[in-house]
Amino acid sequence: MTVISEAVIAVLLLLGAFLTLVAAFGLIRLPDVYTRNHAASKSATLGVMCILLATFVYFFAKDGFFSSRLLLGIAFFFITAPVAGHLISRAAYNSGVKMWDQSVRDDLKTKQAQKKN
Amino acid sequence: MIEAVLQISLVVLAAAMIGLVYRLVKGPTVPDRVVALDAMGVNLVSITAVLSMLLDTSNYLEVILLIGILAFIGTVAFAKFLEKGEVVEYDRDQ
Repeated sequence: MTVISEAVIAVLLLLGAFLTLVAAFGLIRLPDVYTRNHAASKSATLGVMCILLATFVYFFAKDGFFSSRLLLGIAFFFITAPVAGHLISRAAYNSGVKMWDQSVRDDLKTKQAQKKN
Repeated sequence: MIEAVLQISLVVLAAAMIGLVYRLVKGPTVPDRVVALDAMGVNLVSITAVLSMLLDTSNYLEVILLIGILAFIGTVAFAKFLEKGEVVEYDRDQ
């Protein structure tokens, strides 16, 4: 393995681990379910994509093994993680989970009230 | 060098997992817990990838895809259950 590929792998790994840690801190620190979901679905997705890319580069540089499964996994996470986040947020709103008490406006609520009248 | 980086990132991922478990236990509402579980599935994928590099084998790469698909299906099923009260609906009921 060359020095350049090692450096690329190390940078991608540390970046991915850092982003995952940021997602975990966001889940602990943020005030309501929507902000937490915003932290988790973006940051954790980018973190796992970085780490999978590092794995791909590792096996390609070491054995010359082109793993299409890893590329498929990266594409799959890129597609499905935001969809899952959207579904959970929507389910939370429709099942009546309150927003943070310092939120300023709720456009969906006014829209639904207009539709009822 | 790469071994040390792998071990550091494994420790960081484990610390992130502990934070997610905290949210899973404490989370005041059900969607909070579902978000935490979804993020735990994603985190588990990263841990599997790092472990497969650490053990120097490419046999665990199917597991990555499998965990990703299972986590997505579980999250979608839970979201549908929270919103409509059932996971699989029948058209005749309406």
